[in-house]
Amino acid sequence: MGDTAAGWLQAAVLVAALALSHRPLGGALAHVLTTDRHWRIERLVYRAGGVNGDADQRWPAYLRSLLAFSFMSTLFLYAFLRLQDHLLLSLGRKPVPADLAFNTAASFVTNTNWQAYAGEATMGHLVQMAGLAVQNFVSAAVGIAVVATLIRGFTRKRTDRVGNFWVDLTRLVLRVLLPISFVFAVVLVAAGVIQNFHGAHAVATLAGGRQNLPGGPVASQETIKLLGTNGGGFFSANSAHPFENPSGLTNLIEIYLLLVIPFSLPRTFGAMVGDVRQGYAVVTVMVLLWAASVVLVTANELYRVSSPAGHAAGAMAEGKETRFGIWSSALFAVSTTLTSCGAVNSAHDSYTPGGGGMTIFNMMLGEIAPGGTGSGLYGILILAVVAVFVAGLMVGRTPEYLGKKLRGQEMRYASLYILTTPALVLVGAGLAMAFPGERAAMLNPGPHGFSEVLYALTSAANNNGSAFAGLSADTVWYNTGLGVVMLLGRFLPMVFVLALAGSLAGQQPVPVTAGTLPTHRPQFIGLLTGVILIVVGLTYFPALALGPLAEGLR
Amino acid sequence: MARTTLPTALRHHLAALRMLLALTVITGVGYPLLVTGIAQAGLSEQANGSLLTTHGTAVASRLIGQNFALPARHPGDPHEVPRPDPGWFQPRPSAGGYDPGNSGASNLGPTNPLLTATVRARRAALAAFDGVPPAAVPADAVTGSGSGLDPAISPAYAYQQVRRVARARRLTPARVRRLVTRQLHGRDLGFLGQPYVNVVELNQALAEEARPGPRRPQARTGLTDS
Amino acid sequence: MSSPAVPAATPPSTGRPPRRVAGGLLDPRQLVRSLPDALRKLDPRVMLHNPVMFVVEVGAALTALSAIRTPGVFAWVITVWLWLTALFANLAEAVAEGRGKAQAAALRRAKTTTTARRLTDWRPGATDPAEEEVPGTALRLGDHVVVEAGQLIPGDGDVVEGIASVDESAITGESAPVIRESGGDRSAVTGGTKVLSDRIVVEITAKPGETFIDRMIALVEGAARQRTPNEIALNILLASLTIIFLIAVVTLQPFAVFAGAEQTLVILVALVVALIPTTIGALLPAIGIAGMDRLVQRNVLAMSGRAVEAAGDVNTLLLDKTGTITLGNRQAAAFLPVPGVSVEELADAAQLSSIADETPEGRSIVVLAKEQYALRGRSEGELDGAAFVPFTAQSRMSGVDLDDPRERRSLRKGAATAVMRWVRDNGGHPTADVGQLVDGIAASGGTPLVVGQVTRRGGASDARVLGVVHLKDVVKEGMRDRFDQLRRMGIRTVMITGDNPLTAHAIAQEAGVDDFLAEAAPEDKMALIRREQEGGKLVAMTGDGTNDAPALAQADVGVAMNTGTSAAKEAGNMVDLDSNPTKLIEIVEIGKQLLITRGALTTFSIANDVAKYFAIIPAMFASVHPGLDRLNIMRLHSPASAITSAIVFNALIIVALIPLALRGVRYRPSSASELLGRNIWLYGLGGLVLPFLGIKLLDLLIQFIPGLR
Repeated sequence: MGDTAAGWLQAAVLVAALALSHRPLGGALAHVLTTDRHWRIERLVYRAGGVNGDADQRWPAYLRSLLAFSFMSTLFLYAFLRLQDHLLLSLGRKPVPADLAFNTAASFVTNTNWQAYAGEATMGHLVQMAGLAVQNFVSAAVGIAVVATLIRGFTRKRTDRVGNFWVDLTRLVLRVLLPISFVFAVVLVAAGVIQNFHGAHAVATLAGGRQNLPGGPVASQETIKLLGTNGGGFFSANSAHPFENPSGLTNLIEIYLLLVIPFSLPRTFGAMVGDVRQGYAVVTVMVLLWAASVVLVTANELYRVSSPAGHAAGAMAEGKETRFGIWSSALFAVSTTLTSCGAVNSAHDSYTPGGGGMTIFNMMLGEIAPGGTGSGLYGILILAVVAVFVAGLMVGRTPEYLGKKLRGQEMRYASLYILTTPALVLVGAGLAMAFPGERAAMLNPGPHGFSEVLYALTSAANNNGSAFAGLSADTVWYNTGLGVVMLLGRFLPMVFVLALAGSLAGQQPVPVTAGTLPTHRPQFIGLLTGVILIVVGLTYFPALALGPLAEGLR
Repeated sequence: MARTTLPTALRHHLAALRMLLALTVITGVGYPLLVTGIAQAGLSEQANGSLLTTHGTAVASRLIGQNFALPARHPGDPHEVPRPDPGWFQPRPSAGGYDPGNSGASNLGPTNPLLTATVRARRAALAAFDGVPPAAVPADAVTGSGSGLDPAISPAYAYQQVRRVARARRLTPARVRRLVTRQLHGRDLGFLGQPYVNVVELNQALAEEARPGPRRPQARTGLTDS
Repeated sequence: MSSPAVPAATPPSTGRPPRRVAGGLLDPRQLVRSLPDALRKLDPRVMLHNPVMFVVEVGAALTALSAIRTPGVFAWVITVWLWLTALFANLAEAVAEGRGKAQAAALRRAKTTTTARRLTDWRPGATDPAEEEVPGTALRLGDHVVVEAGQLIPGDGDVVEGIASVDESAITGESAPVIRESGGDRSAVTGGTKVLSDRIVVEITAKPGETFIDRMIALVEGAARQRTPNEIALNILLASLTIIFLIAVVTLQPFAVFAGAEQTLVILVALVVALIPTTIGALLPAIGIAGMDRLVQRNVLAMSGRAVEAAGDVNTLLLDKTGTITLGNRQAAAFLPVPGVSVEELADAAQLSSIADETPEGRSIVVLAKEQYALRGRSEGELDGAAFVPFTAQSRMSGVDLDDPRERRSLRKGAATAVMRWVRDNGGHPTADVGQLVDGIAASGGTPLVVGQVTRRGGASDARVLGVVHLKDVVKEGMRDRFDQLRRMGIRTVMITGDNPLTAHAIAQEAGVDDFLAEAAPEDKMALIRREQEGGKLVAMTGDGTNDAPALAQADVGVAMNTGTSAAKEAGNMVDLDSNPTKLIEIVEIGKQLLITRGALTTFSIANDVAKYFAIIPAMFASVHPGLDRLNIMRLHSPASAITSAIVFNALIIVALIPLALRGVRYRPSSASELLGRNIWLYGLGGLVLPFLGIKLLDLLIQFIPGLR
C-alpha cells in the first residue's frame, strides 16, 4: 500500500472508530450527568470529602466549588513539586524551582499541560502519577462538568440550579475516565508502552557506549493524558518518545483517545436536550473543520510548501519520527491542536509555514473542533450562541437557541467569553514581543521566531499545551506569565459559561415554530462554520500575517 | 461578616482538599499500581522497555535508538563532534545524541537557513561516507527525529548503508543486504505509519552475524547534532 | 385645526391591500437640515452612549493631533475622513430623529393652551353644577370639565355625560369626525381635539404633561427613547468586537516593531476604525428610531420600543372576529324556501319584512333580493297601509303588517324559535322541512332567519313558514392569504368571537385561522393569554373596551384602538389611531423588519472587514515582507491610497446605507430558513464582495491625489 492510500485509510479508520463510539459513549456520558443514582464508591468519596452528593447547586455555588477545588489542586501540586525530594520514588530529583513549579501546577490544573520542564530530567515517579496524572483526570472532568451545566441551562426551565459539582466531578472520573483509561493502559502496555517503577536503567550499548534507559508508570499516565485531552507527556518528547508511543498502531490509538470524548460530547448534548439532531449539527461543524485542517496540514507537509529546509532534505522529515511519517504526524498534529490536548508526536516548530501556521490557527479557533473534554463543546456552543444571535435577528425574532432567548444578559456572558482568549493571547504576545529579553527566547529567526511566541501564548491561553518548542520558555518571565495566562484562559471562560448556564436555566423555554431559526439543518451548519472562521480570522489576521503568512508568502 | 464567611470559605476549601485527596488515592495511587501489577504480571517484557539482550545482558531497548559512533578522540571535550562508525548501520541524526535523559527535537524552522545548511552538509557528508550520489540520500538520513531517540530509519537509508557496512565488516554486501531485508518492518496492520528498519535490531543482528572487523575511521564530518 | 396636523399621516388603512412594509424615501435635503444636529452630537459626552462611534471619535482626535505634529497629506486626509465617519453616524441618527421632530412640531401646535371649564361639584345626573374657568394645565385627575361645540377638549379623559361629535384630526390625521359618548367603549377623548357639536362632560384621566399628546410628542421626538432589550444585547456584542479589534491593533505594534515595520499612529487608528463594526454602530440608533417612526406613519403609537421588538417575536395573535376577520356584520347569502314556496316568493316576503329594518343584516336582505331576483327595493312610504313592526328583544323578530282591502297579510322574520311560535300561535303548523333548513344553516356556521307569513281573508287565516334566510359572516378578502403568511412566519392566529362554537368553527375554517375561542367572555380571553404565555409564547391582541383592559395589559403586545376607552389605551402598549384591528399584522411585520435590519447590517458590517484587511495589511507590511503583497489582491495603487480607500469606503458606506436603515430591509413573510438564506446571501455575501469593488474603485480615484501616490 502506498503512503497516500495508507494515509487516507488511516484517517477513514479513525473516523469510523470515532463514529462507532460516538453513540454509546455520548449516551453513557448523558446518563452519568443526569442519573440520580450514586454508586457506593461515590458515596464513600463524598463522605471522605465531606460533601453532600444530593444537593443541587446554584451556578455561583457550583462555581465556588469548582474554583475551590482547582485552587486547592494548584496549591497541592505546587507543594508536591517543591517538596518532591522528600517523597518516595523521587529518583533523587531536586525540588522544582518556584517559577517552574507554579507554571507546571497551573498548567496541569488548567488541563493545559504546557511543559516548561523535561519530564525525564525533572520529575520523580510519585509526582508524575500522584500529582500530575491526578490532575489529568480531574481537570478533564472539570471541563465536562462545566459543559454539563451549560447543557442543563438549555434543558432546565425556571430554576436556578445547574447541578452538583462534586457529583459531576466524581462520577466523570470514576465512571468514565478511569475505566476507559484502565482498559487502554493495558492495551498500550501490550503494544510496548512501559509501565514500571524503575529508575533509569543503564545498559552497555552495542557500540560500546552507555545509555540510561528511563522507567516509570508511563502507560497509566499516557492514556489519561490523551483521553482527558491533557497532553502532558511523561517524557519531554511527549508522544514522539518511543516509550510513550512505540508504533503506528499506538499512534492511531492515541489519536483516537484524544478525540473520542470531545467527539462524543455532542451526542451527550443532543441526548440531554432531547434532540440528537442538535448534537449532529454541532459534531458536523467539528468534523468539517477537523477534516479541512487535516487536509491542509497534510498537503502542506507533503508538498513542502515554502520550506527551503524541506526541499533541501527531500521531505518534511525534520522533527518527525520514521515509524509515523508525514500522514500520521499531520493527523496527530491537527487532532492535538484542535483539541486542548497538546500532546505531540512530532516537532510542530519544524512544520511548513502553512502546516505550522495551521496548528496555531487550530488553537485560535478556540479549540472547538472537537476541542478539549468539555471545553470544546462549551466553546462551540458559545460560538453557536453568537451565530444564532446574528442569524436570529435576520429572521426577525429575538434570537433563541434551543428555546432559550438570547437577551442582553446571555450576550454579555457570551461576549465576555469570546473576548477573553484573544485578549490573553494578543496582550501576552504583545508584552513578550515588547521586551527584548523575552524576544531572545526565540530559537528561529524572523517571522518564524515570532510564530514561536505567538504559538506559546495561543497554546497557553487556549489551554492546549503544545509548543513551537524552539522557544526557551523555562524563564521566570515566561513561567510566570504563561502560568497566569493559563489560569485566566481556563477559569474566566468557565465563570462566563456557568453564568450563562444559570441565566439560561432560569428561562421559560420558547416553543419552536416555523418562525424559529432551525439549528440542526445544513444551513445552520454552514452558518456556524462561517461565523467561527470569520470571527477568529478577523481577530488574529494581523498577528498571523506577521507570523506564518509572512513566512509562507515569500 | 468575617466571623461567618471565613469559616464557610475555609470549610469549602477543606472539602475541596479532602475530595482531591480521595481522588488522588484512587486515580493517583490505586490506578497506576493496578495497571503496573497487571503489566508486570502479564506483559513484563513490554512493561519493562522491550529490552534486547546479548548473552543475557541487556544491551538496548528495541524502542530507543542508540549512537553508533567511534570512541571520542578527546573524551571530556563536549564540543567534539562524534564520528560515525562505518561498521554499524547509522541511525538518523539526533538533537539529543540518543541520550534518553534529553529527548526532543531540533525545533529548527522550515525557513531557518541554519537547518537548510545543516541538511545540505549532512547530505554531502553522507553521500561521501556511503559512496552514493548526494541526490540519492533519503530525507530521514539528513533530518533529526521528533524524539531524538528514533530507533527507525527508512528502508532506503538502510539499503544505502549496506555497501559501506559490508566493506567495513568484510562481509559480502549480499549477506548484509539479506540482514536488512530480514529486518524490514511493514506498516502496522498494513496501513498505520511508515515502513521502517529498526537500526538497533538491525545492528544487533549484524553483531551476531559477524564479529566486527578492524575499524577504519573514514568520517569527515559529524553526522549528529550535539 | 382643520388642516391635517400630522404631515406623514396616511389615508386610513382600512381596506388597503397588504403591501410591503416600508417607510418614506429619504429626502437629500433632510441630510442637510440634520447637519447642525449631527455636529452637536459630536460632543464626546453624547458619543459615549455609542461605544463603537466613541472609539472612532477618539481615533479621529488622535490622528488630528498626530497630523498637527507631523503634517502630511495622508495624515490629514485620514483625519478628515475619520471625523466624517463620526459625523455621518450622527447624521443618520439626526435624520431619523428629524422626521420625528417634524411630527412633534405639528403635534405641539395642537397642544395650544386651553382654558378649561371645570365643574366644581359635578355628580351623575346633576342638572346645573357650578362652573369655573381654569387653565388646562391646572386640571387634576378626577376633575370634571364641560366642553361644548367649537371648544377644544382641555385634557385626556372619559365622557361621563352627553354625546358629541369630535374632530380628532390633530392626532389621527383623519378628518372625519368621530362620535364620543358617555358609557360604553367610545367614551375616551383626547386633549387637544375639538368638539364639533353638542355638549359633553369629561372626567379628566391624565395629569397635565402626561397626556396622550404629550406622550406622543415625546415618543416621536425620541426623547422617551430607551434602548430596547435586543438593542442592548446587540450593543454588547458590538462593544466586545470593538474591544477585540482594539486589542488586535494595539498589540500589533510590538509585532510590527519586531518585523521592522513600526507603524504610525495614523495607520493604526485607521486600521482600528476600519475593523470595528462602524457601519452597524453608526446606524443602530437610526434603525430603532426609524422602526418607531414606521409605526407612527401607520398611525400606530408604540409606548415603548420594547413593544415593537416584542411584536416581532409574537407567537400567537388574538384577533377579534368582527371587524378584523369578517366584515362588520352578517349578510344574507341565500333564500331557502320550504317546499311549495317559490324562491321569488320568499325573497319578496323577506325583502318586504326588512324594508324598515335598518340593521346591516336587514339591509343585506333587501340588497340580496334586489340583486338576485331583481326585486326593486321598495321604500317605506311606497306601501300604503303598511305597519312596520320593529325588532324587540322580547319578540326577537321584525316585520310588516300589510292592510290590503282584500286581505290582511303579516310578514315576520327573525329567530327560528320566535317566528315558528308566532306561526303556531296563528294556527299554522310549520313542517319538519323548516327545522332541517334551520339546522343545516346553523351547522354551516351561518345564522338562520326564518320568514313567516300570516294571511287573513275574511275569517279564514293561513299561517305558514315561507322559508329561511341564510345569514352568514363575510370573511374579508385576502384574510386566508394573510393567515397563511403568518403561519409560515410561525405565528398562530386565534379568532375571538362571541358566537357559538359551531358558527365559530365554520368561520374559522373559512378564514383559515388556526384556532378560535367561541362564546368568549373577557375572562376567557385573559385565560387564553395566560395559557399561551405559560408555554413561553408571546401574545398580541387588539382591544378597545374597558373589559379588554386586563387582557391588553397581560398580552405582550396589546394594541388599543383609539376609539376605545382610556382604560384600554392605558393598558395596552400601543395605540392604533385608525382603530383598525387588522393592523396588528402590520405591526408584527414592522417588529420583525426592525430586527432583520439590525441583523442584516451587523452581518454586512462584519463581512466588510475581510476586504479591509486585504487592503490594509499588505499596505502596512509589504515593505518588510514583500510576500505579503500577494494579499493585495485588489492591486491597490500604494499603501497610502489603499488605507485611504478603505477609510473613505468605510465612511461613505454609512451614508449610503442611511436610507436602508430608515426604510428597513425588504421583508416578505416566509419561514425562518428562507428569510435567513436570503439575508445571508444578500448581506453576508454582499458585505464580503461589495467592499472589494468599492475600495478598488475609490483607489482608482484616490491614486491621483498628490501626496497619496
